[in-house]
Amino acid sequence: MTTVANLKRGEKGIIKDFAYDSLPIKLLELGCLPGNMVELVQVAPLKDPIYINVNGSHIAIRRAMALKIKLDLIEE
Amino acid sequence: MSKQINVALIGNPNTGKTSVFNQLTGLNQKVGNYPGITVEKKEGVCKLPRGVKAHIIDLPGTYSLNTTSLDESVAVELLLNKNDKNHPDLAIVVSDVENLKRNLLLFTQIKDLKIPTLLVINMADQMAKKGIVIAIELLEKKLDTKIALVSSRKGTGIDKLKELITDYKNLSTTPCLDTTKIDAQYFNNLQQAFPKEDLYKLWLVITQDVNFMPIEKKVIPDTSSFSTKSKSELKRLQQKETILRYKFINETLKEAYHVDVNAATGVRASLDKVLTHKIFGYVIFFLILLLIFQAIYDWSSYPMDFIDEFFATASEWVKNTLPQGAFTNLIAEGILAGIGGIVIFIPQIAFLFLFIALLEETGYMSRVVFLTDRIMRPFGLSGKSIVPLISGTACAIPAVMATRTIENWKERLITILVTPFTTCSARLPVYLIIISLVIPEGRFLGLSYQALTLMLLYLLGFAASIVSAMILNKILKIKSRSFFVVEMPNYKLPLFKNVALTVWEKTKSFVFGAGKIILAISIIIWFLGSNGFSENYKNADTIIENKIEKEGLSSFNQESIVENLAIYKKVLLESKDKTLYKTNPALLKDSLKLKGIELYKQAKNQEIASYKLENSYMGYLGKAITPVVEPLGYDWKIGIAVLTSFAAREVFVGTLATIYSVGSDEENTIKNRMAAEINPVTKKPLFNLASGVSLLLFYAFAMQCMSTLAIVKRETNSWKWPAGQLVFMSIFAYIVALAAYQILN
Repeated sequence: MTTVANLKRGEKGIIKDFAYDSLPIKLLELGCLPGNMVELVQVAPLKDPIYINVNGSHIAIRRAMALKIKLDLIEE
Repeated sequence: MSKQINVALIGNPNTGKTSVFNQLTGLNQKVGNYPGITVEKKEGVCKLPRGVKAHIIDLPGTYSLNTTSLDESVAVELLLNKNDKNHPDLAIVVSDVENLKRNLLLFTQIKDLKIPTLLVINMADQMAKKGIVIAIELLEKKLDTKIALVSSRKGTGIDKLKELITDYKNLSTTPCLDTTKIDAQYFNNLQQAFPKEDLYKLWLVITQDVNFMPIEKKVIPDTSSFSTKSKSELKRLQQKETILRYKFINETLKEAYHVDVNAATGVRASLDKVLTHKIFGYVIFFLILLLIFQAIYDWSSYPMDFIDEFFATASEWVKNTLPQGAFTNLIAEGILAGIGGIVIFIPQIAFLFLFIALLEETGYMSRVVFLTDRIMRPFGLSGKSIVPLISGTACAIPAVMATRTIENWKERLITILVTPFTTCSARLPVYLIIISLVIPEGRFLGLSYQALTLMLLYLLGFAASIVSAMILNKILKIKSRSFFVVEMPNYKLPLFKNVALTVWEKTKSFVFGAGKIILAISIIIWFLGSNGFSENYKNADTIIENKIEKEGLSSFNQESIVENLAIYKKVLLESKDKTLYKTNPALLKDSLKLKGIELYKQAKNQEIASYKLENSYMGYLGKAITPVVEPLGYDWKIGIAVLTSFAAREVFVGTLATIYSVGSDEENTIKNRMAAEINPVTKKPLFNLASGVSLLLFYAFAMQCMSTLAIVKRETNSWKWPAGQLVFMSIFAYIVALAAYQILN
């Protein structure tokens, strides 16, 4: 198991666990739900923020938030 | 039947909602603020078939009805409050074709409020390109609504949408799903406590402040009859609700919405690779910034010079045409000059918003936020502050207006408050003249001291804004969204109509919003500078005439006349008529005599103007503050210039020109005159390193710009912030200037 923050560019994973208490509901609304796929599109310098495609939504989040989204990596 | 239908347009950001609004209303729209807050309110009127009219409100973009920002709570308030005069008869949810799933979340929430709800699927022209197929009829049935497939870019589907709006009464108001399932017990208790209320509405009211404090809390009657839930329990329920809704949406779309990934083509991936690249991304952003700078600094100087010229001519014309008197002076020097002072900003504002609208429309702005977020974070700001802060280097007024793109109110406020510290172009004339006067001409490592000083002043401006941002971030106690989730929309070609409307709107809101205040202050400053109560003021003409008769012109003016005549003589002797002058010395003498009389008159008028200003209300004020400015190394003349340049910093140079009676704004003339000025206390040159540096620092930090104050008042909707800015910046500037003078002297 890994987190969104540890993905490399182009890597994908399925959201497994989501820190419900500390993450904003906005993330859920944008499609960041358990079971959905996340693809890392781009990382800014200093690995922050992180640009992902989750379930068709293209969003940028900060590293601290990305660390709280746990994933199962999809090996290709 | 002339009843207007109240329509609310609502949807996710970046769905082209505003384009749909522009298509429906055209130029019949009005942009204002919601009362008491700074959220932009856009409304317009749309003519529908069969003589019906619709009043349309373009609500701020939102992803759901779970409020996390002021913008979103505005949308929710309007949907919940039946007594609001704009409460919609019909809600139109605008979605784009690509993100339909996400937009349906909002759609189902609104439909559950039992408001008739239409679905608009925008950007329909992109469907083939993205390999998307939608079974519209099936989707209509599953969602129990009507759907309009439109392309606001191509203008297709708008007529069908208008038809659907007209027939809004036929829309069903049955909810899409039963949210009470998420905690049957809780909702059951809730219903018993408030038998008359709609459960879903109650739920929204209760959860409104879970993620955000609402602007105005709805009064919920005593809740003792059922057990209330803790914040985190409520949040958990909201999450359950969201998951439940997505389940419904996924089932709905499984049959009605198909994407063929192989057919999809897009430029997003390849553009993102370059535009958000670790190196190229910054290089491109830097180049775009250079272009914006070039436009506001350089290109806008042409229309600005023209405006300047135009108002000077108009003022001259009024003075020569209307009968002489106080009223004519008011029009020519007070009102016309004041209006000129407003219009002069239009080119810069228009250019900046042209670029900002383009960056927003294309989707590039989100990439800028992505690239700069990490850099701005230590200062309590995010990537969204970078464009306003940097454009403040040209002019703080458009920069403050540009902060509207920052959704987070605290961040926006901090950006507004610190932007005036950045070195705007109006400081340049002041800096240049004082630097050339007091900074020696030597070089350090091949760089001139003067250039280094100028650069240091720019850096100082940035440092001041960044440090104050950090401090404000610590002390401002404003509750606002603390998380950072930025959508990276797909790249789009900008729509000319949207860009033009933005530029038009911003310009209009400056002219009519801040313009009033600027006009009022410039009339006051003009009045104080050109009226006086003393006998000296009233008899200025005779006093100076008598003085000149007795003592002659001031030595500076005498010398300058001699100098000018020498130049004139040389010019004549080199002109095409030179043989004529050489063979006929009497003619040369006559010409020189005429020129001498003209110069003498000019000098006399300058001395009268100077004497008048000295004895005007403004002059008395300037003298009254002498004890305050003396510790900074200034005399009363600089005191007056500091006061008048409150209108705008560059006025400093013009005022000094008047008060030293040098008559022209030409830099070298004023500079020579300033160099000759003697400090009445020390009997040494007034402008030395200490007083010069003190003045430079004063202008670096002081809030010497009424137009900025006016625009801050408009953008924050309160006098509290501009007043605080004025007091803080002035005191800070004073202390720094004082310290500099006392240390260097």
